[in-house]
Amino acid sequence: MLSKAKLWLSLALSTLLFWSAGLHAAWDLNMPRGVTQMSRDTYDLHMTIFWWCVAIGVVVFGAMFWSIINHRKSKGVQPATFHESTKVEIIWTIIPFLILIAMAIPATRVLTAAYDASESELDVQIIGYQWRWEYRYMRENMDEEEVSFFSVLSTSREEINNGIEKGENYLLEVDRPLVIPTETKVRFLMTSADVIHAWWVPDFAIKKDTIPGFINETWVIVEEPGIYRGQCAELCGMEHGFMPIEVHALAPADYQAWYAEQQAGIRQVRELAAAEMSMEDAMAQGETIYNRNCVACHQPGGVGMPPVFPALAGSVKATGDVAVTMDTLVNGVPGTAMAAYGRQLNPIELASIITYVRNSFGNNTGDVVQPADVNAYIEGGQ
Amino acid sequence: MSATHTISDAHDHHHGPAKGLTRWLYTTNHKDIGSLYLWFSFTMFLLGGAFALVIRAELFQPGLQFIEPAFFNQMTTMHGLIMVFGAVMPAFVGLANWLIPLMIGAPDMALPRMNNWSFWLLPFAFTIMVSTMFMEGGGPNFGWTFYAPLSTTYAPPSTTFFIFAVHVMGASSIMGSINVIATILNMRAPGMTFMKMPLFVWTWLITAYLLIAVMPVLAGVVTMMLFDIHFGTSFFNAAGGGDPVLFQHLFWFFGHPEVYIMILPAFGIVSAIIPTFARKRLFGYDSMVYATASIAFLSFIVWAHHMFTVGMPLAGQLFFMYATMLIAVPTGVKVFNWVATMFRGAMTFETPMLFAIAFVVLFTMGGFTGVMLAITPADFQYHDTYFVVAHFHYVLVPGAVFSIMAAAYYWLPKWTGYMYDETLGKLHFWLSFIGVNLLFFPQHFLGLAGMPRRIPDYALQFANFNWISSVGGFLFGFSQLILLFVVIKCIRGGKKATDQVWEGAQGLEWTVPSPAPYHTFETPPDPKLIHAQ
Repeated sequence: MLSKAKLWLSLALSTLLFWSAGLHAAWDLNMPRGVTQMSRDTYDLHMTIFWWCVAIGVVVFGAMFWSIINHRKSKGVQPATFHESTKVEIIWTIIPFLILIAMAIPATRVLTAAYDASESELDVQIIGYQWRWEYRYMRENMDEEEVSFFSVLSTSREEINNGIEKGENYLLEVDRPLVIPTETKVRFLMTSADVIHAWWVPDFAIKKDTIPGFINETWVIVEEPGIYRGQCAELCGMEHGFMPIEVHALAPADYQAWYAEQQAGIRQVRELAAAEMSMEDAMAQGETIYNRNCVACHQPGGVGMPPVFPALAGSVKATGDVAVTMDTLVNGVPGTAMAAYGRQLNPIELASIITYVRNSFGNNTGDVVQPADVNAYIEGGQ
Repeated sequence: MSATHTISDAHDHHHGPAKGLTRWLYTTNHKDIGSLYLWFSFTMFLLGGAFALVIRAELFQPGLQFIEPAFFNQMTTMHGLIMVFGAVMPAFVGLANWLIPLMIGAPDMALPRMNNWSFWLLPFAFTIMVSTMFMEGGGPNFGWTFYAPLSTTYAPPSTTFFIFAVHVMGASSIMGSINVIATILNMRAPGMTFMKMPLFVWTWLITAYLLIAVMPVLAGVVTMMLFDIHFGTSFFNAAGGGDPVLFQHLFWFFGHPEVYIMILPAFGIVSAIIPTFARKRLFGYDSMVYATASIAFLSFIVWAHHMFTVGMPLAGQLFFMYATMLIAVPTGVKVFNWVATMFRGAMTFETPMLFAIAFVVLFTMGGFTGVMLAITPADFQYHDTYFVVAHFHYVLVPGAVFSIMAAAYYWLPKWTGYMYDETLGKLHFWLSFIGVNLLFFPQHFLGLAGMPRRIPDYALQFANFNWISSVGGFLFGFSQLILLFVVIKCIRGGKKATDQVWEGAQGLEWTVPSPAPYHTFETPPDPKLIHAQ
């Protein structure tokens, strides 16, 4: 009885908690209808098969509960003796079969349409990493700068660890969202750099695995400008629950403006990377990057989770030859969760995170690594 | 026990159960081994359930409360592995051991020493597997489906022990199935023709063939993992020319029949219990046998419906969609037959019948979501969400597990010689029924609203249904202690059970005394006792 009392207590407590905290209390019951033709077709298929199931359920369970109520021994009934009928067996083999054919036809139509990724107007490559996404825009001409960036969870660790109140888009927000134009056929080319992930945005009815060594393709035409959110759907390791997807669909003109802005931004970073960085700037920026990219494995305070995720505090790689630190960061450690950050972060970010790691958690090398050093290292054939 | 001794002494001088621990270590008796399997299964059920409660506790609220994500992944993995390989499968093997010889009028299983070995491998296999959680880097954390390369290149060092444990379990399963097949084919009493066999025997015969067909595939795939990890091969490593999708094809070629391995014997149990308490012969015995065989056949050609999002060609998607939808036909036939058996019967609702009826309703609900999942475009939305979690838990918990509980209550008087406490049995049923629906029904909504499976923390819009689910989980979990209490109470005494136990029970196992003597059918039963089912 104790467990029952506890149960009621926890029920009451949690009810109180959820209503008083004024949390975004949603009782979503169903799949979203979404913002693409594909998502609406999928929703319709889902509802059709659902109502078929309800109808069959009503008939079958209706017959069963009618028997349970009426054909019980306590009512003094005598059991019947029939126990087979080929005719009935044939009927209830054929009827479900026909229902299934009725379902298979629209499903085949929708699936065939989903496979037609031809004649896309924009191609974006999506690459899964433990535990972030990279978006790379395919250029129309090679004079353009290549727009590519990583998209990382921006919810803070304090929110996750219940230190502060959780924001509205808790766990569904990123630092740099994927931006695509509306009313445009966008083709996604998907692969992975490590394990299998799955890129899923419910409002688009797209879920596709990103698999190392393979390129999967799918496509979308978003009709409404807006922000659409999703998550990685395939278990990909420790931080699987923390690699969301955020897509901003902009009207075509707004998208063009955004794209031009990215081009300018890339040129600007290249110029800034030539400038000298102070210790303070490097440490401040390094801390931000550490908390976004590194803390999940290497942990606050750089203590790591040995043996899988080594400590940075006092580590030889972090405090010894700066070239070793740089190599580990830029090229990663193959066969481990340590990704190659050489392309994930720009030279300014790389320089500051190296400086930060070499001068935090009790590490005290005192050196400030400059973006130019990192550039020289990368360009020097590593 | 004294009655047992008198009967065996009359036939033989030394064949009572041995005393003490050696009875259980050296036993070749199908009833002893059946009991060992069932106790082992129940222990694993509690352990796997405890892991599930850790998961539900963490998911009670958004945010990380009790455990780290790395440990959460170990919990989901170990919960799945233990429930599938440690709880459900051994429970059915235990029931097979106890019941198949009694049902077909055989004195024991065909290969009694191998029977002993196949049981005693299990505690060692699971000790190895559970011990990985205490190793450096933790235990398996890649889900019970252990997709490569997460389970190879990126796996913790303990994976090697996990692979060894899977090999040992597989060996145990294969030996168990060989034994079941050898027993059923060779040791039926005169007059026990194939089409007179109880459906539990039929479903187990078919299940045993499935096991022999697919367990070697599982052994093969874990061996390939072992080679990738230790011997430099690249079966699943794209960087070395391998193919991570190959892993999934091989795994699900095992995995889908495995799903039916866990449900076909349940069909057999329910087909025994419903006629007994409806006091009416099973409707459509022949079609039940053919439907079981069809389901088993189809189980080999639907595996890729677990992989609709890996990017197969359109033709492949369509084939696996159609084949999967077809399974609904024979499965539907079974459900219709059970309902037709109840129709115009004279029903009573003792605990086994309650569990059997709940099985029919809730398993069918799992079947409905199964048909929904077969619709490939819709599966793109359902895949890897809580909708799938709800689907397979409906099939496995109020499906397979409820059938095992139904079987335990149904045959417990035959095993112990005493009636169990009906009031407590019904209490156990109703708490389990309410708990299991509170636990799993809201997960349909979570999945449809977009919550992925295997995540330790979730967005705020999933909070409400998650706490309902967690409350249901704890209710269901702790209710199982009632079952333990009922079983122990029943072993220790109670109202004496008659030989037939249930008014409407048919079959050879009800012709032997209660409790069933240590040795039964040393001489074949009278063929007149064998009736068509």
